[in-house]
Amino acid sequence: MSVPRTYLDHAATTPMRAEVLEVVTARMRVLGNASSLHASGRAARRVVEESREALAAALGARPSEVVFTSGGTEADNLAVKGLYRARQAADPRRRRVLASAVEHHAVLDPVKWLADAEEAQVEWLPVDPYGRVDVAALRASLAADPGSVALVTVMWANNEVGTVQPLSDVVSAAHEHGVPVHSDAVQAVGQLPVDFAASGLDAMTVSGHKVGGPLGVGALVVRREVELVPLLHGGGQERDVRSGTLDTPAIAGLSAAVVASQEEQPESGQRLAALRDDLVAAVLGAVPDAVLNGDPSGDLRRRLPGNAHFSFPGCEGDSLLLLLDARGIECSTGSACSAGVAQPSHVLVAMGAGPELARASLRFSLGHTSTVADVEALARAIGPVVERARLAGVVNTRKVSA
Amino acid sequence: MRVLAAMSGGVDSAVAAARAVDAGHDVVGVHLALASNPASLRNGARGCCTLEDARDARRAADLLGIPFYVWDLAERFRADVVEDFVAEYAAGRTPNPCLRCNERVKFAAVLDRAVALGFDAVCTGHYARVVDAGDGRRELHRAADPAKDQSYVLGVLTAEQLQRALFPLGDTLKGDVREEAGRRGLAVAGKPDSHDVCFIADGDTAGFLRRSLGAAPGAIVDADGTVLGRHEGAYAYTVGQRRGLGLGRPASDGRPRYVLDVSPVERRVTVGPADALDVRAVLGVRPRWCGPPLGGEFHGSAQLRAHGEPVPARARRTAADTLVVDLLRPVRGVAPGQAVVLYDGTRVVGSATVDRVVRASSDVAEAGRH
Repeated sequence: MSVPRTYLDHAATTPMRAEVLEVVTARMRVLGNASSLHASGRAARRVVEESREALAAALGARPSEVVFTSGGTEADNLAVKGLYRARQAADPRRRRVLASAVEHHAVLDPVKWLADAEEAQVEWLPVDPYGRVDVAALRASLAADPGSVALVTVMWANNEVGTVQPLSDVVSAAHEHGVPVHSDAVQAVGQLPVDFAASGLDAMTVSGHKVGGPLGVGALVVRREVELVPLLHGGGQERDVRSGTLDTPAIAGLSAAVVASQEEQPESGQRLAALRDDLVAAVLGAVPDAVLNGDPSGDLRRRLPGNAHFSFPGCEGDSLLLLLDARGIECSTGSACSAGVAQPSHVLVAMGAGPELARASLRFSLGHTSTVADVEALARAIGPVVERARLAGVVNTRKVSA
Repeated sequence: MRVLAAMSGGVDSAVAAARAVDAGHDVVGVHLALASNPASLRNGARGCCTLEDARDARRAADLLGIPFYVWDLAERFRADVVEDFVAEYAAGRTPNPCLRCNERVKFAAVLDRAVALGFDAVCTGHYARVVDAGDGRRELHRAADPAKDQSYVLGVLTAEQLQRALFPLGDTLKGDVREEAGRRGLAVAGKPDSHDVCFIADGDTAGFLRRSLGAAPGAIVDADGTVLGRHEGAYAYTVGQRRGLGLGRPASDGRPRYVLDVSPVERRVTVGPADALDVRAVLGVRPRWCGPPLGGEFHGSAQLRAHGEPVPARARRTAADTLVVDLLRPVRGVAPGQAVVLYDGTRVVGSATVDRVVRASSDVAEAGRH
């Protein structure tokens, strides 16, 4: 069965850029451990450091602030656990972690783990109905006892509903009390202007495969003076914060992808926003009672340009996914889970959506390969698909007579 | 046809799906997540909803090159199968949860949803045959492999449900299915069969019921009411059970004793000799017909357990739509709550839930407790 595929799931992963594929495969053919002292090692080291410099320059950071990791999840874990442990070691009173309620699981779960295993006291910062974090609540939490806060972590933009967080307000609130701030910027890079120095952040997570780079590589951009307790101990690579032989091909690919996406961003942000606005109009035209979740304004300062997230009342998200998949349209019901069982999204629940509406949701996400044809394909399919899914939704809630 | 293949992660449903693909159908695989409490239930090796099973099903679907999804039916399964199971035991009846699952989940919730989504049929790895009777009707028949025949637990399907059921393994021996799985490169070819009740991962039904219903200690008595021992909950006993009675003294006549009756309300378990277990007739309620409903008197055979011997039987419907089944050879240890399935040769005629039994030693029908 070969149906032409329409890929509307760039928030999950993106097609690798042609130039990145070249860089990665070329480097894979070459021998070299970047820690070795001989010629092969030096050649690998040179690629790593040039990649580091280019990545840093693209993100408004210094090369020494870039710690390469195995991806966004590791970078988030390193930031959350590493910051907590270092801050706690410096002052045992620092047990509080302030995190937004809509974080990605790569932040959410390490935070919960710290609470369960290391007696961290977690305060989940509430969000408004658009998923935007309540800065007043953050200020109140900080002011209550600033000396006991280990860190604040608030994502740059939400992976499900695309809401951009008021990061500069978050940073200034935390810095008033000398509290470091981490932000997961995995979804923001390439979609929004991202400048680490200008953001004032202390640590920032980026990932390769969300911007046309390879899977399995990412980085934590972290200010020089910020202490981190390592997660991985070993050969002392990456300024002793992250041991492990450096993955030269992947690092070269990550860097090339971030550089390309940052260069394109001013133009592609506008292009994707316009495409996304067309997608939203097409979906709401075909399904008038569909609910657009997240910030309704198309403003880049408020919503990721590639994100469109809807609830379709009366439908099950996984019915919609099955029907769209059969028509060649690929999207997501929200956070995937290892067992594949859909749980109501914690993001939508935090935004105040009921479980019914949360289960009825779909995310369409655009990226560097998205075209008008993709939006047109969805526009043709979504009406009949929702109609069918509604039949199934009604059937499924019907009680079987005994 | 567009076919939805229910894939448990076992060898049977994997081969069934493969055969549906071979037959030229447009097949989509679906794994049903039925456990309400994944953390505890999925740890068990014996359950049928472990994460490992979901992965095995996904790998089989990958190999067949078909789309694969997991459907969360835990809530339906809990309400329609698990709670029913507990409530039936609490009422002193012996339910068959597989049959309930086929009736209310696989060929109701799943089938209805599949049809609404545009599928024409649901395919499973059950061992039973659906035979075209001409004139558009379809009949349910026993499987070719008598050791694996599952027509009993499908006896609750209506003609309408059968129209949309696909059982590609009905004409094949289990051994051949395993061999075929191996030939096809399916990793589950050597996976052990599932046994017991899928939602009781450790196989300890009595323990599961004790946790669900709490302790309800009472007496174990003989037919005269003489107290022979104590129990922690009548629901842990099944009519016909011999082992685990924990009675210190042997019977006066030296013969083994069996559970004759379970009365959870009175917290009483009655035991007695084997011949007192013989049942010569049952009264069934909630009849379901796989084909046309029974008209006049039926002569054929009846089966009272999933792997029980069929016995010659006569049956008729009453005005109140109950079913009276005379067993022409007594059947030992029939409990209210079990299904009586009627067969005409290999064809399944229909089924009903046993409400009362008539003992060979008595003229009076014993009521199941409601």
